Amino acid sequence: MTEIKTIGVVGCGTMGTGIAIVAARAGFKTRLFDTRAQALAQAESQAKAFLEKSVARGKLAEGKDTEIMDQMLSTTQMTDLADCDLIIEAVFEDLAVKHEIFSQLDKICGPHTVFASNTSTISITEIAGGSGRDDRFVGMHFCLPAQLMKLVEMSAGMKTSSDVFDRAWQVCLAMGQQPVRTQDTPGFILNYFLIPWHNDVINLVDQGVASPADIDLAVKTALGYPLGPLELLDMVGMDTQRLLCEAMHGLTHEPRAACPPLVKRMIGAGLLGRKTGKGFHSYENKKIFGA
Amino acid sequence: MTYRIFQQGESFSFPTPHTFTEQADSSQAAAVFLGSEASQAYASHSRDLGSAPFVLIELLDECLGVHIGDENGPTNVLGIARFRLGSAEPTNLVELVRKPWTTDTAITQAKSSLEGAGLVVAICHDFPGRILNRLLRPYYNAALRRLDEGLANAQDMDATLRMGLGYPEGPIELLNRTGLAEHFKVTQALYEQLGQEAYAPARRARTAWLRQQSEEG
Repeated sequence: MTEIKTIGVVGCGTMGTGIAIVAARAGFKTRLFDTRAQALAQAESQAKAFLEKSVARGKLAEGKDTEIMDQMLSTTQMTDLADCDLIIEAVFEDLAVKHEIFSQLDKICGPHTVFASNTSTISITEIAGGSGRDDRFVGMHFCLPAQLMKLVEMSAGMKTSSDVFDRAWQVCLAMGQQPVRTQDTPGFILNYFLIPWHNDVINLVDQGVASPADIDLAVKTALGYPLGPLELLDMVGMDTQRLLCEAMHGLTHEPRAACPPLVKRMIGAGLLGRKTGKGFHSYENKKIFGA
Repeated sequence: MTYRIFQQGESFSFPTPHTFTEQADSSQAAAVFLGSEASQAYASHSRDLGSAPFVLIELLDECLGVHIGDENGPTNVLGIARFRLGSAEPTNLVELVRKPWTTDTAITQAKSSLEGAGLVVAICHDFPGRILNRLLRPYYNAALRRLDEGLANAQDMDATLRMGLGYPEGPIELLNRTGLAEHFKVTQALYEQLGQEAYAPARRARTAWLRQQSEEG
């Protein structure tokens, strides 16, 4: 089996950018692909700012930030992913979109390339089924913010070969992450609990039980959580939360997973969270977490 | 601003001496009612408290409305509940419960007194479970149910939630530490008040409570 040296990341949103940082920081040649040139430029700028801050905080050696950025190629051409040994897709939660991306990649990449999805709700087996290589397909769900959180939920699809899964597991370790094996069930472990919990918090705000600031203060103080749930939701973004809810609720019909009305109203008002400068809280800049 | 304390029965929020209870002054007009029978104590003093800067009543699972009504009650009376999970020590977080008609002055002065004793105050309106129990109990029930269904073992479930979200403790280890039977009591009370399935006690919690009942004879 070919050693994995080059990692491609598809989608330069919050998750994709974070995963690209993780891969490049671990010494892998990294290709960050997105069709949106402006979004790619922003992702590069966010990655650069994060790495510079890491140096300033003593987490990285002087000059290492430049070295890592040199490892990372941003591109709007999917063909630039042809030499990747592993490609991690991190686009929004839409099965048809993911199938379209993987079917294109299947034509571009060599047979050795392993495909992975960062999906947090959609079945790995279902995505793999439209990838053209369901035996070389794994689930690699990074946690937000990926550049800081170590956990990766790893799932095999029904046809994933054990060798491919083991290789992906080893790459995960080589990236400095902590993989945990999960079942290929909706939301795996983390989002099975997180999506309904976030919806409960959003409904609490909508019902006027308490202000976002008081809810976050209560949760952080009483439970020792590093982030309040509404601070975390502002990082996730209301648009993403809606997609997560639709995917999760569509699969489970769990009432607590249904998208809260307030999410739809906030999307309508452009209050998406950090990415638009205002969600449940207000933000002065669009830097990614930790930058 | 200081206050006098009327304690009747054991306090869930302040089971042991705390700066908040120690700095009380019986000559003050502001009043705090603590203990499992705070309701009765408040009822016997309520006529004399109209001019008090603020009045606090310790709440357990009940709403503030149980003590002062849900329409046009006294403007200076608030509920307090220091968050505590089962047998664990109380946290520093106090939920300060207001009504729509509660004056800003009473809220500000009560909050200031609590913060002066080193407590952190979150203000909320008068709903069953307030902020924390309202949010946490469905999460704990779901974790217990998924454990029964074999989503993952307890260690993996706890480790995933700790590492993935930075939580200091996973739900299963936390419930085992603080008491599954205690979780049953709170979530059952909320289930009765809210009527929502998510609050219906999970099997493991009900079993723990039944075992506790059996052991206590």
